Amino acid sequence: MQTIEIERLSKTYRIYQKKEGLLASVQGLFTREYRQIEAVREINLSIAQGEFVAFLGPNGAGKTTTLKLLSGVINPTCGTAHVLGHIPWHRENAYRRRFALVMGQKNQLWWDLPAQESFRLHQQIYRIAPSTFDKTLNELVDLLKVHSLLNQPVRELSLGERMKMELIAAMLHSPEVLFLDEPTIGLDVVAQHNIQNFLRYYQDLRKITILLTSHYMKDVVALCQRVVIIAQGSIVHDGSLAEIVDRFSRYKIVTLLFAEDDLPQDLARYGEVIQLETPRAKLRIDRGVVTDVLAAILQKHPIQDVSVEDPPLEQVIAEMFSYAEQKVADQSVPETIK
Amino acid sequence: MALAQSKRPPTQIHLWQTNLATWWTILRICLEERLVYRGDFALGTLMRFLPIVTQIFLWGTIFETVSGKIAGYSYHDFIAYYLLTMVARAFSSMPGLASGIAAEIRDGTIKKYLIQPIDMIGFLLLNRLAHKLVYYGVAILPFALVFFLCREFFPALPDGETIFAFVLALLLSFLLGFFLEATIGLIGFWFLEVSSLLFIYMLFNFFFSGHMFPLDILPEPWNYLIEATPLQYLAYFPAAVWLGKVEGSQLIAALWLEAAWVAFFMITCRVAFNRGIKRYSGFGG
Repeated sequence: MQTIEIERLSKTYRIYQKKEGLLASVQGLFTREYRQIEAVREINLSIAQGEFVAFLGPNGAGKTTTLKLLSGVINPTCGTAHVLGHIPWHRENAYRRRFALVMGQKNQLWWDLPAQESFRLHQQIYRIAPSTFDKTLNELVDLLKVHSLLNQPVRELSLGERMKMELIAAMLHSPEVLFLDEPTIGLDVVAQHNIQNFLRYYQDLRKITILLTSHYMKDVVALCQRVVIIAQGSIVHDGSLAEIVDRFSRYKIVTLLFAEDDLPQDLARYGEVIQLETPRAKLRIDRGVVTDVLAAILQKHPIQDVSVEDPPLEQVIAEMFSYAEQKVADQSVPETIK
Repeated sequence: MALAQSKRPPTQIHLWQTNLATWWTILRICLEERLVYRGDFALGTLMRFLPIVTQIFLWGTIFETVSGKIAGYSYHDFIAYYLLTMVARAFSSMPGLASGIAAEIRDGTIKKYLIQPIDMIGFLLLNRLAHKLVYYGVAILPFALVFFLCREFFPALPDGETIFAFVLALLLSFLLGFFLEATIGLIGFWFLEVSSLLFIYMLFNFFFSGHMFPLDILPEPWNYLIEATPLQYLAYFPAAVWLGKVEGSQLIAALWLEAAWVAFFMITCRVAFNRGIKRYSGFGG
């Protein structure tokens, strides 16, 4: 049995549409127009125990709604989901003791008290045995190197330090499933890197199942073997990161280091020139013809060095998002009803 | 045999012990949190005594022009009544409870109660209890001083039974105030913004709880009408018990009625919470 099983899960919100102006505001007191937003549309997904899955999509694609459904914060409009054999929105304590949800900067820590106090409270509400609690806390504190910060009020911690404390609070009861909603948002590069390292190490150690949403591709590259892409509430891709690049990147970036100081004038006939810095030139070349084009260049010009790379992941994902949104828009029915 | 017993699943007693440990930790942490902002807290505590000074002067001036009693109340009776309602309101008023719940619904922080194995209403009740305990701990000295200075306004100390009934009325007023305001806060699941509703409630509370004047000075049938609402238990009733205005079988019946109101709002609060979270759509991302 899979750890997470989602079948035809949908969530529709009804959102009040307010027109601009005072007159419209007064009219709104009597009659209101609502729009149905299908935040999640009949998605199917299975995640096995120990998988680290990235859940990607543009803003408003339905990622956070799916995480909220899986953690039982909201009820679905239709469809089913089982996490560790539980239906999340039944909110059984037995389920709530087995998972954790970390949502960006929405903190579950007591703002005015040191994090240590919040951890102590978690020990009680999650019924963690004192010896297990001490062991887990020490392990997490060592991994995240926050020992000296435990007795400092949370409001006096930096964003990155607070995020580390949030992660500790979420991990204390050793959840089997972890939902992470943009855990590195707003953090500097060093803090992002620390959090990534921690997550990678801990997931590897405990073999927990993690579903992560993030807009930082570096998080995804560093952590996830599997990537699920959602656009306008529907899943449009489920596979490895490499598959996405193969499928959605139509170009390769070819960098040529010429042996002569003068660059050839006719480079544009081989592909789109994106950078010229004598004696180096960077070209964007259609994937299908890369070999032929390279052969032609090498035959005609003396080349000292050549490198062929995929375009930056952010760019591929951006292309993928626009393709996915187009695909969903083509298939969908009009969504506005009164 | 003993070994076999120790391997059994947790017993009811063990579960209660665990629950007590959890509640104690919540209470302890809430107490610690209350003690963080010392200045604000001390000021808030002292400011509560300001209205009573104005009441003493106000009724002093009124009684200079009136001889005898107003609706059965002498000058001393009025002051004793206001001092006692001040004690009652120290139990029943819940500053920031309803607006806090509504704000948590609106900005989405209520999520934490839905994902953690914890009951939100129970948690808030303990939080409020901590709030009150810290307040009493600090305010007991100024309270004692004010009552000592105003001792001539009071009749002789009532008998043990009346004092017991007074304490019971105060404890029930704490529960009533809590569940009533929590229910108003939970209306936030439907309206999101409850500040106007809360304003109306505060207005009614001010008049009909007996905070502004003793309810029994009103002529019939208004006094019966007002006494039929639960609001009278938040200030008027405990004061009336101490002053011996409600006695014997009437007192017992009134205490039962107060307990019934507490049960009513406890259930209403629970129903509002259960229906509200079904309706909740996770505002605030």
